[in-house]
Amino acid sequence: MIDIEKANQTAVSRMMSARPILKGVAPASEVIPGMRPNLLLHAGPPIEWARMSGPLRGAVIGALIFEGLAKNERDAEALVKKGEVDFAPCHHHATVGPMAGVTSASMMVYIIENETHGNTAYSNLNEGYGKVLRYGAYSKEVIAKLKWMNDAMGPALAKAIEASGGLDIRALLAEALHMGDEGHNRNKAGSILYTTKLAPWIAQVTSDSALKAEILKFLGENALSVLNPVMAACKAMADAAHGIEGSTLVSAMARNGTDFGLRVSGLGDQWFNAPAEVPDGLYFPSFSSKDANPDIGDSTITETAGIGAFAMAAAPAIVTFVSGTPQDALNATLEMYEITAAEHSHFTIPQLEFRGTPTGIDIRKVVELGITPRVNTGIAHKDAGAGQVGAGLVRPPMKIFEDAIRAYAKQYKL
Amino acid sequence: MSVTQSEIRSGAYYDSVVLMQLQRNLLALPGVEDAGVVMATPANLELLADSQLLTADGKAAKPEDLLIVVKAASAAKAAGALAQVDELLKRRSSAAVAGSFRPRSLAGAAKALPAAEWVSVSVPGRYAAGVAEEALELGKHVFLYSDNVSVEDEIKLKQKAAEAGLLVMGPDCGTAIVNGIGLGFANRVRRGPIGLVAASGTGLQSVTAAIHNLGGGVSQAIGTGGRDLKADVGGASTQQGLAYLAADADTRVIVLVSKPPDAAVAGRLLAAALGAGKPVVVCFLGFPAPAQRLHNLHFASGLDHAARLAVELSLGNQSAAPSKKAKPLSGHLRGLFSGGTLASEVFLGLNLFLTPLFSNVAMRSEEKLTDVHHSQGHTILDLGEDEFTVGRLHPMMDNDLRLRRLKQEAADPQASLILLDVVLGEGAHADPASELAPAIAAARKARKDLEFVVLLVGTDEDPQDIEQQSKQLSKAGATVFREITPTLEHIIGRLTRAPVTETTPQPFAEPLAVINVGVESFYDSLVAQDAEAVHVDWRPPASGDEELMGILEKMKGR
Repeated sequence: MIDIEKANQTAVSRMMSARPILKGVAPASEVIPGMRPNLLLHAGPPIEWARMSGPLRGAVIGALIFEGLAKNERDAEALVKKGEVDFAPCHHHATVGPMAGVTSASMMVYIIENETHGNTAYSNLNEGYGKVLRYGAYSKEVIAKLKWMNDAMGPALAKAIEASGGLDIRALLAEALHMGDEGHNRNKAGSILYTTKLAPWIAQVTSDSALKAEILKFLGENALSVLNPVMAACKAMADAAHGIEGSTLVSAMARNGTDFGLRVSGLGDQWFNAPAEVPDGLYFPSFSSKDANPDIGDSTITETAGIGAFAMAAAPAIVTFVSGTPQDALNATLEMYEITAAEHSHFTIPQLEFRGTPTGIDIRKVVELGITPRVNTGIAHKDAGAGQVGAGLVRPPMKIFEDAIRAYAKQYKL
Repeated sequence: MSVTQSEIRSGAYYDSVVLMQLQRNLLALPGVEDAGVVMATPANLELLADSQLLTADGKAAKPEDLLIVVKAASAAKAAGALAQVDELLKRRSSAAVAGSFRPRSLAGAAKALPAAEWVSVSVPGRYAAGVAEEALELGKHVFLYSDNVSVEDEIKLKQKAAEAGLLVMGPDCGTAIVNGIGLGFANRVRRGPIGLVAASGTGLQSVTAAIHNLGGGVSQAIGTGGRDLKADVGGASTQQGLAYLAADADTRVIVLVSKPPDAAVAGRLLAAALGAGKPVVVCFLGFPAPAQRLHNLHFASGLDHAARLAVELSLGNQSAAPSKKAKPLSGHLRGLFSGGTLASEVFLGLNLFLTPLFSNVAMRSEEKLTDVHHSQGHTILDLGEDEFTVGRLHPMMDNDLRLRRLKQEAADPQASLILLDVVLGEGAHADPASELAPAIAAARKARKDLEFVVLLVGTDEDPQDIEQQSKQLSKAGATVFREITPTLEHIIGRLTRAPVTETTPQPFAEPLAVINVGVESFYDSLVAQDAEAVHVDWRPPASGDEELMGILEKMKGR
């Protein structure tokens, strides 16, 4: 009989002892294993073009235009339909991306190394707010911004990070949680910390003072600047906990805008999928849930690693997303303790007397108690290119956890 | 025709989510078609313009201004909505009085209330054993109100509890009072020196209520569930409850209440009660009292009587000093009677203590001797029965039969104590001791470990000289009594041993803290009694899906 408790303790302590360091920025094709020119990585579990939702399709079109593989939407769609574009989940390439998560060969990506266990993870650069590729926008301005990020900011960041010797993202997150962030929907403090830490190095390595100013302004004004390195850090931590024989802990949760996918540490690389749900949340002026796309993005890697909605108690300022109160923020985190294996040894919550965040989602507890993980998330418009329409709370469908339990029983002959 | 109106609040900063919330509340007002609440940054103004919400006033707003725009069916409605902004912002903060967290799992509740030593379980029977088992694994005592729990589960739970020094009250335990706090159904009873253990819910309630009404008070009232004293459960919880009360400094008198118990279980309990070191009032419904009192055991004829006895004993100053007795004997009793009624009386007096007790005078078939010529286990023989007296004189006149049987018993290594009655008076043997005493002496000489007890019935006016008889028998090595009750007490003292008690539960911590799983009104009544309590928002595991529950059980290794 397999010792599930022991397996889970191994998995969760690997997750918590992982030390993700931001080591650099480089083109995806140079660093991401298996990356090639006609391959597009996307958020969530595997999906084919025919089933892709609006924002994901939009991001695919934008990426093909960005790569110069297509001139416009029609070109891009034709290329896809001819079968000349390969798709794969980011997760299959040690990568994560927010919302559509589309990552193409020449895009600059963050490189995160887990110094404890030696694995690496990647994420693209954050574009900020407004019309952006990750929400499926692919207009000229969107592509132009991506080009600037890739050609001007990317190399400067690469040099700055290299000069800095690396940035400890776990330490940065731990600090940000004490400043009102939860690391998923609220990264205000973390992004400022990130900018502050990089600023001297950016100043040092960039000779063009106009560019310097532009980069610092871009990073400093974007409350999501640090989201992508944080996600890659979470991916590096979660991957360290993946593949532990007998473990029932979740090692990945991800959505592609159509399906919500789940991976379990002791169940190999298979995905357990079910239709993604529309988040419950607050909408920007003139939008409503009728405009919303089903849940999308790899950012649920934050909850997988014990932050995001799991650290909601640390971020009372954003509970109003779900018409909540500060007490609800505490309750949200307290509820997540019910379904997790450990309290994080590095991420703590001042509001709960510095208890560690609930970490290591146990599919047994999820199914037994009927409590699915909470996820804080942005809400995408269902049409390609329309962008973000709100933010709120969503939960994965219970079915994927039940399916995983059944698969576990089968695999381990229970 | 829709009307769009706006309002600018200079320098009023709100978090964007607060603003989105306000916007949602504005949209919910009657007549409002659309609304925008933003900090007037250029990007936000553009957004408003895109949705035709940007007014001329709005265009003039600065980035640090709060801009509120309402599009409504009429100017009055729009103005009305704007007028409510302050109210809506305020409503948010008063709505902030939210309920505190209600855990869904026992483990979560245990973390929320670490002081809780007790879990009150009242979930449907199908799930009750699982919840109780989890509680024990968390190191908690269990008050198991739920019924429809299988006997197998009950035995398993009680075994597990005993090993861990924990108590399981129930299943189907309706009532208990712990540290003055009622669990389940319980009367409000003052605290005092009387501790109770009961395998009967209403029995416990009526005795505790009567104790209170008589001016007495209760230290602990421990329920065990109605099946606890059945043979298969074996009195596991009652035994532990007894051990707890025996060790409890606040308990001066113990009351033991049960619906008709299994005879063997009752025997073990009484043996334990004898070692309690304090008065124990025994009220076993359906069992005739062997005496009013044997050692520290006081036998009650009913529930009210039990309460009265307990209160009287608790007021009295008698300390039931545990009789300093020699190491009890390990073998069996052999009672060789000449008098039939004496045999019956002693049989009834002992058969709760020495189980099984066999006799040719027993009423129940399982206690009948299979062969009257050979004793088995503890045996009481009426040698005056027809089967022995055919063709000979009654043993009150002729000792021959008894002397032969005495020899036979003395030769049986299983026999440790031989009891004889000696009835004096007119018509009886002129000097029975002259024949019995030498036989006793001879037997004692052959076997140092063999003891003799004589119940001597007679008066100082009887022709045999009762003092002389007594002296002869004593000299031969017999212990002589002239009344039945001390005879019984002596035999019980020599032949019963307190059962090995499993780990005695640790003293219940004050103040009482309880995790309630199931019926919410039990939580309410705990809170009403000022107990610390946390209510688990319990649901059937895996929403009651049997297949998944089965897998989850296997994953727990149960």
